[in-house]
Amino acid sequence: MSQTPKTKLTFSRRTALKTLAAGAGAATLPLWARYAGAQTSEPIRIGFQKHATGIGASYGRWYDRTSQAAVKLINDGGGINGRMVELVTEDDGTDPKRGAEVVEKFATQHNCDIGFGTLFSHVVIGSAPRAGELKIPYFVVSEGHHVASGALNRYTLQPGITDVKSQVQAMAPFVASNLGKKVTMIFPDFAFGHDHRDYFSAAIEAQGGEVVEMIAIPPTETSFTKYFPRIPRDTEVIYHVMVGPAVLTFVKELGEFFGPSRPEIFGFIDSLEAVDMASPGLEFLEGTYFWEGNPRYAQADQTDYDKTFRAAVGVDDNGASVSDPKDVSTYAHMFGCWETLHVIKAGMEACSYTGPADRALLIEAVEAMTDMPQSTAHPQGTKLFNGKTHQVFGPQYISKVTNGKLIVAHTAGIEDTLYPDEVDYTTQSF
Amino acid sequence: MDFGPFLMLATLEGLVLAAVLALIASGLSLVFGVMRVVNVAHGEFYMLGAVIAWWVTSAVGGSPQLAFVAALVIAPIVVGALATLADMTILKRLDYDPERTIVATIGLLYILQQLTLMTYGADARPVVPPFNTRLALPWVELGDNGLQLFWPWGLSITSYKLFVIGAAVAILLVVWAMMTRSRVGLVMRATQLDSETAQAFGIPVERVYAMVFGIGAGLAALAGVLIVPIQQAHYLMGGDALLLAFIVVIIGGLGSLPGTILAALLIGLSDGIISVFFSPTLAKIIATLLVAFVLVFRPQGLFGTRPA
Amino acid sequence: MSNAAKIMVLHGGLLALLFVLNFTLPAYHHGNLARIMVLASFAIGYNIMFGYTGLLSLGHAMFFAAGMYGMALTIRHLGFSPAPALIAGLAAGVMLSLVVGLLALRTAGVAFMIVTLMFAQAGYLTILLFGTWTRGDEGFVIQQAERILWGIDLSDPGSRYLAALCLFAACLLISLQLVRSPMGRVFIAIRENEDRAQLLGYNVFRYKLMSVVISGAICAAAGAFYGLLFGYAGATFATVQYSIFPLLWVLLGGAGTIIGPFLGVLFMFYLIDLSSGLTTAYMLIAGFVLVMITLFAPQGIAGEVRRRIWGWLP
Repeated sequence: MSQTPKTKLTFSRRTALKTLAAGAGAATLPLWARYAGAQTSEPIRIGFQKHATGIGASYGRWYDRTSQAAVKLINDGGGINGRMVELVTEDDGTDPKRGAEVVEKFATQHNCDIGFGTLFSHVVIGSAPRAGELKIPYFVVSEGHHVASGALNRYTLQPGITDVKSQVQAMAPFVASNLGKKVTMIFPDFAFGHDHRDYFSAAIEAQGGEVVEMIAIPPTETSFTKYFPRIPRDTEVIYHVMVGPAVLTFVKELGEFFGPSRPEIFGFIDSLEAVDMASPGLEFLEGTYFWEGNPRYAQADQTDYDKTFRAAVGVDDNGASVSDPKDVSTYAHMFGCWETLHVIKAGMEACSYTGPADRALLIEAVEAMTDMPQSTAHPQGTKLFNGKTHQVFGPQYISKVTNGKLIVAHTAGIEDTLYPDEVDYTTQSF
Repeated sequence: MDFGPFLMLATLEGLVLAAVLALIASGLSLVFGVMRVVNVAHGEFYMLGAVIAWWVTSAVGGSPQLAFVAALVIAPIVVGALATLADMTILKRLDYDPERTIVATIGLLYILQQLTLMTYGADARPVVPPFNTRLALPWVELGDNGLQLFWPWGLSITSYKLFVIGAAVAILLVVWAMMTRSRVGLVMRATQLDSETAQAFGIPVERVYAMVFGIGAGLAALAGVLIVPIQQAHYLMGGDALLLAFIVVIIGGLGSLPGTILAALLIGLSDGIISVFFSPTLAKIIATLLVAFVLVFRPQGLFGTRPA
Repeated sequence: MSNAAKIMVLHGGLLALLFVLNFTLPAYHHGNLARIMVLASFAIGYNIMFGYTGLLSLGHAMFFAAGMYGMALTIRHLGFSPAPALIAGLAAGVMLSLVVGLLALRTAGVAFMIVTLMFAQAGYLTILLFGTWTRGDEGFVIQQAERILWGIDLSDPGSRYLAALCLFAACLLISLQLVRSPMGRVFIAIRENEDRAQLLGYNVFRYKLMSVVISGAICAAAGAFYGLLFGYAGATFATVQYSIFPLLWVLLGGAGTIIGPFLGVLFMFYLIDLSSGLTTAYMLIAGFVLVMITLFAPQGIAGEVRRRIWGWLP
């Protein structure tokens, strides 16, 4: 792959925002077009690493539905480079060991063109080294900061969902200016929670606020009330984020603890992802705020893209399955699968991908991308991709619980989510 | 929060945990005591109790009270019957060999988890509590005018949590009465002491085993029903419960019901109270090591008399 | 052929076969077998305590994790190269098993199971507590450049396979030698009847401690190799699940047999792998097979072979 023409793109992010570089990226790569003639009728095989069992199973089910819907849409539109797309699904058990084995299986057993999927950071970090060694592009939808921090490798990309660092720091201005300056943070005592702790406390201090207490909850915990007395009396805002099966207990007990007199509460929707807002005990959330990756409830100014996306995946205006209103989706995250698959499509078309021999070309084509305007391919909003850090940036939504529904109160623009590059993967060889 | 109210809150929360733990562990202890086997799938019976409670309450509909009572009756019976069936088809054929039983019940654990995942799904689902009033609790303080009553921020418990504590006490009293006062209990105790002699005296040991296994599972299921309005039913909830119950049984001394209950109190309360003094994860580590050291220096358990 | 010769032929033959397979297996199974050999070393370590000395531990994940983190943390934070890092992992395992052995061996039976389980749980939580260095549950990658041992790139499939084979061969031969040595005989005597071994004048506690330390060291070596060969260290490997796995593998393959741990891992790995291809409910199949094995092959695979055909199997 070393003789492939390398494109040198120089752009400032602000100006790049105004251009359509997905198209431009393709235009800068005319030499690759010569591969276009070598098309076959074989389907393009995308290995989908699914959390079918283990603690990530709620997410896995919706990641699966979203991915199937995206593939159907792509295939109905003629596939990629005239070839149909086939998802090859394997369960990773939400376990890093099995995750790595599954990536091997994609590369060496199923002859997949690329690997894709998966949310939980430990599975991604456990799998990524194998993807790099097997030289199979690995597109993750994890929202972890691991890609952009430089911990992984050139074969691992996150073009469809923003990372925790950018999400968290984009929340600080809103929290500080609307809710309060003295924040108590409650988060799970593992890496995902620590990212929240570190990035948010830095960001809120930059806004003139302070974190008055940090409460780290051990991951094996199932009851939470005993930790809440640590919340200092002078707390103005509670910042909470929790993951795993006990999230609803956590939020419910938070409400029972405060009773009628609560401070302002700001949470990451992870604390209630896949949970019905009408669940018993959640009434106290009325008037509190949530970060949402993508607004669960159809908003008054809903775009046609969001309408198309909901209809394709089978989600109603309340973010639940159309066949079962109690079956609430992981709406704030799962759009990432849809957008990632469309990025893969755009990348494969840009480099006229023909087969595994073109894997490096595919990565270069994705690295060359910058702007991704809001569209059916990107229903969550306009994105900006950073080819050096392999990480995408996009808008973040803050919603207020109003009459039991999440109504968007503030949208943080891409500018609020950017931070200096921590790695340049393009300098690594293939 | 001030130290005093904090401690009181931690104690109350610890009592709720202790109540549920005592139920699960007494089931495990009964099985271990009488049958001398470790049932690794015991946590799954607890999970099934919670899951069936969700099913029953959503099927019954109507008033949450009625639905909850229905769940309290149906879930333990269904789970107990299932366990009895598992005993007759699998454990009996293994001759209750301790090691083989461990592997077989691990297999059972996989089967139950997967079946639940396939039918019930991966989500944690809530059950409406039959009643759930938040009760703010007062605290006393030495002020300028002598002792004063005041209502600290956040010091509260719900009526349902109090009910869980009461219900657990009632159920355990029934179990205790059954073991010590009834003929069934006598037969069980005889089998526990010496199953061969019991057999010689005409006690149908196999049927006793099946019944004990069923009752043990039923107790775990009851705990599952009681906890589900506080926590939600989830297909992986059995794992941590099994670990804790296991610890309680060993600390309490094998097969000793009073010891099990005391140990449940000890573990439940220490879990809450240690978290008052240390950062949460460190508190967990300390609590875990405490259990280990209790056993290292008193291997028969705190309340057992025979060596384990 | 004498029994000793048969033993040599069988185990030497297995190692030779594994060596030949390096050149013939398709890529996927080649990668799998490398994994299986490292995990089988883990199981061999477990078997020394459980199968030969009769000590049922539910906390062996802590030794595996001690090796893994002893290796990975020294690479990440102290800039060690792989060889000293592997030694650091081994040393971590030896020290941990010595401490755990000294404490836990005061108990027996079910209390021993719980004590080991508790120590392992404390170990897992400790990894999370020091998340700043360990990155907690998320873990961290050991980059390719850090995995070059004496000029050999361990991320290359061929060298990875051979490194795994070296580890496995060493563990297999050590355990084979051990169980036929006087010390191994005492281990078995303790398993069969601890009181009698004591009466015969053996210092049972010391032998049991030796067993724990040897077992811990082998498991730590397996953990260190696993991290190094597959480029990742994470707290998942310290969870209860990874304490249960070696017990399952050994029981399936045949407790108290030299070849059993390997067969158990091989069987379990492909059971999950193949059944996950057939259905998403592979746990159901795995659970069902476990129940069936305990019903119809209670001694495990190698144990049944020994009982029915090859009585000489060590």
